[in-house]
Amino acid sequence: MEITIGHYLALAAILFTIGVFGIFANRKNIIILLMCVELMLLAVNINLVAFSSFLGDLVGQVFAMFILTVAAAEAAVGLAILVVFFRNRGDIAVDGANMMKG
Amino acid sequence: MLQAAAFYIFSAIAVFSALMVVFAKNPVRAVLFLILAFFSAAGLFILLGAEFLAMILVIVYVGAVAVLFLFVVMMLDIDFAELKAGFAENAIVGGAVASVLALVLVLSGFIWVDANSAQANLAAPTPEGVSNVAALGALIYDRYVLFFQLAGLVLLVAMIGAIVLTLRHRDGVKRQDMHKQVNRKREDSVEIVDVEPGEGIG
Repeated sequence: MEITIGHYLALAAILFTIGVFGIFANRKNIIILLMCVELMLLAVNINLVAFSSFLGDLVGQVFAMFILTVAAAEAAVGLAILVVFFRNRGDIAVDGANMMKG
Repeated sequence: MLQAAAFYIFSAIAVFSALMVVFAKNPVRAVLFLILAFFSAAGLFILLGAEFLAMILVIVYVGAVAVLFLFVVMMLDIDFAELKAGFAENAIVGGAVASVLALVLVLSGFIWVDANSAQANLAAPTPEGVSNVAALGALIYDRYVLFFQLAGLVLLVAMIGAIVLTLRHRDGVKRQDMHKQVNRKREDSVEIVDVEPGEGIG
């Protein structure tokens, strides 16, 4: 039984959909929200690497590496903002986030 | 056959752990399942022949990002049960949106076809007889060196940003002040007193 690119695309679609669902369902918990964003980026990376592998074009993997870089930077800054937010408010409920508006 | 079995095992683990990230009551468990999802994705990358990205995924994501998540989750004192409230009613809207999105993605997956010109327009065809790491290195240090440097710049900005955001100056903490030390004058701390014999300093 041959594994085609369609299998990988289906898997990436499932992971991406789970990430979107998690963002909607866990609206209050920023930590889970960030983790769901990471899941969606992972799904995108699976797509890129699958296309890269099946088409024989290495640029997809280069691009996936840059996405990995940006995702790491995003996680670092997001968690730093989260720590500052918690320090100011004492909790991380998203509902009160507009308190910070200037 | 073995490849197909490995694909199904890895993707089953990935989907299960992604679901557990969303549904876990305890965020620490959610982070651990996220790590499991990354590991199985790394396995899939190896199946696809992208060894370097698989290793980067394990080192960067599992070693740095997920541990950072774990660190933050454990450091913050949060009532997670309260944050989980409203999950059920939010899940209805989320399920509706997610199912529409899944429909779109599945449909586009079915109608997707390989363009006839795709093979002729490859930007960087995978070279024969060269390992994945060598081929990728030849590409990013040659043609995409500028983008590679920019990626490093993004990481630098993120690092500085994270430090600036979380740095806090507490009052009442004794610190070394080099400027003050260097600019200290002799007159500030030494006084020469001409003491009369038998009297001492008043």
